Amino acid sequence: MDDKKLQNLQDEAKNLRRDILLMLSESGSGHPGGSLSAIDVIAYLFLAEMRYDPANPGWEDRDRFILSKGHAAPALYAVLAYRGYFSRKLLKTLRKLGSPLQGHPDSRKLPGVESSTGSLGQGISVAGGIALAGKIDKKDYRVFSLVGDGEIEEGQVWEAAMACAHFKLDKLCLFVDNNGLQIDGLVSDVMSVYPIAEKFKAFGWNTLEIDGHDFNQIESAVETFKASAGSGKPTAVVCKSVKGKCISFMENKASWHGIAPNKEETEKALEELGCVETLEDWLRED
Amino acid sequence: MGKSEMVATRDVYGKTLVEMGRENKNIVVLDADLSGSTKTAAFGKAYPDRFFNMGIAEANMMGFAAGLALSGKTVFASSFAMFATLRPFEQIRNSIAAQNCNVKIVATHSGISVGEDGMSHQSIEDIAIMRALPNMNVFVPADGPSTAFIIREATRINGPVYIRLSRPATPVIYNPDTYEFQRGKANIIKDSPRADVALLAIGTLLHEAIHAAELLEADGYSVIVADFASIKPIDKEALVKIAKASRLIVTIEEHSIIGGLGGAVAEVLSEEYPSHMMRIGIMDVFGESGTPAALFKHFGLTADDIYRKVQKAIR
Repeated sequence: MDDKKLQNLQDEAKNLRRDILLMLSESGSGHPGGSLSAIDVIAYLFLAEMRYDPANPGWEDRDRFILSKGHAAPALYAVLAYRGYFSRKLLKTLRKLGSPLQGHPDSRKLPGVESSTGSLGQGISVAGGIALAGKIDKKDYRVFSLVGDGEIEEGQVWEAAMACAHFKLDKLCLFVDNNGLQIDGLVSDVMSVYPIAEKFKAFGWNTLEIDGHDFNQIESAVETFKASAGSGKPTAVVCKSVKGKCISFMENKASWHGIAPNKEETEKALEELGCVETLEDWLRED
Repeated sequence: MGKSEMVATRDVYGKTLVEMGRENKNIVVLDADLSGSTKTAAFGKAYPDRFFNMGIAEANMMGFAAGLALSGKTVFASSFAMFATLRPFEQIRNSIAAQNCNVKIVATHSGISVGEDGMSHQSIEDIAIMRALPNMNVFVPADGPSTAFIIREATRINGPVYIRLSRPATPVIYNPDTYEFQRGKANIIKDSPRADVALLAIGTLLHEAIHAAELLEADGYSVIVADFASIKPIDKEALVKIAKASRLIVTIEEHSIIGGLGGAVAEVLSEEYPSHMMRIGIMDVFGESGTPAALFKHFGLTADDIYRKVQKAIR
């Protein structure tokens, strides 16, 4: 991609990271590590690839994104707000009583959320069903989904992997956020899922392995997926990523899976991102 | 009361699906390698582009069902009751019920009348767990004609429905020309302003209950018989009315006495009109192998068993 596009994406991703941190700080709970590892892929899809209309979330021909690792909800919320599905002000209500920004995404409460997720392993099956419906109706929409690397320990993921290949769902593209960590530690220690790409390949998928924070690589993976239309194979992109990416004290630490940064940590993180806006500024905003 | 005609509710399901599929192109049917037994195979033969065998993978089947429903399809997902509910329960909860997805889970081979396959295949808890889910409707037809009606009715509900069917052929109770089912309404088969006992039954045991009522009436007792095919929502109004008119309320089901019809009736009456109750069903034990007839006898679910238990309680 050209330098301008790259710079724009990097700037936007930085702002989305800022919003993730701010909303988690305000909520006092949530999942920063996996939100920060997944945000670059999510940002690329929503900012550079997918066809959708925030003013008409139910548009039949829209591309769909299913966040199977639902605990990365802040990453999804940040990008949905940025693209105008709802006011950025709502980010302040994350995880609070009555908020449409539930702890895990709820399709019944928030526009832009295609399916409720959070119980691991289920989003990929739902994504498969949506892709199958598109195939029955001869629609052109694509279905993107993102699973965690720990998540693929769930047996349902492999039931779905089998079915997506069996039904030749080549308009389905799955990203595996391979940050190498799950709640209890290293994925390789808790329950190894490796080799990931080879497993999907054996299940009949096109597979790619990329750096999940490199927009050029994300773009070329998406282009490869698009070129595979008609191949009869779904595509799995294994994204090597860093849990807590861009925040020095969060990077590669399983302990940042499910706790929110406090005020000082948030200020420090915002400073590392080079944000002008402070937590106070944000809280004062209307 | 047609003693002669016997029909398996699953056969009626298969035929009804094919009929509905002709009119309604939006219907998609999923099965998990039991389509010959659940009778969805007939739909697959008629409309191969709208039938998907998901293999022996029920959790994924429910997720696909949710995705299809989120894309506007009316989805039927079938397997044996054990594998259509207990195995993928959490997927049904989080992917289907919580999103109010338009998925009809039609399970066959429920209860002990699966027969010889034994305990592992005998679902006696499915009504209890499906009933506990918000948004879920739970219907248990008692015979062939009511199954045809209820399957069609399920497509008029925009949301999840669980329908519990059976393996063996069972006696036809209703006249298809006059039978009507309404969600949340009981069907009073025998009424009485002052009854010694009310027999409330579902599914395969409604016929036994009707026969037991005849035996009780022969002894001079007055009996109410009601079909609670709509277990959720349940007809509270009818329940209270029946309770007010009866000395004893008896629930009769091919399901655990915990959480099924007995549980649902007890929940309502204990709050609305505390009544003397007796629950007839599987008494908190697992099933075992045997012919359906031998098992009904073994677990005390035949008309004679019902008659004896009730007679002892009210004499």
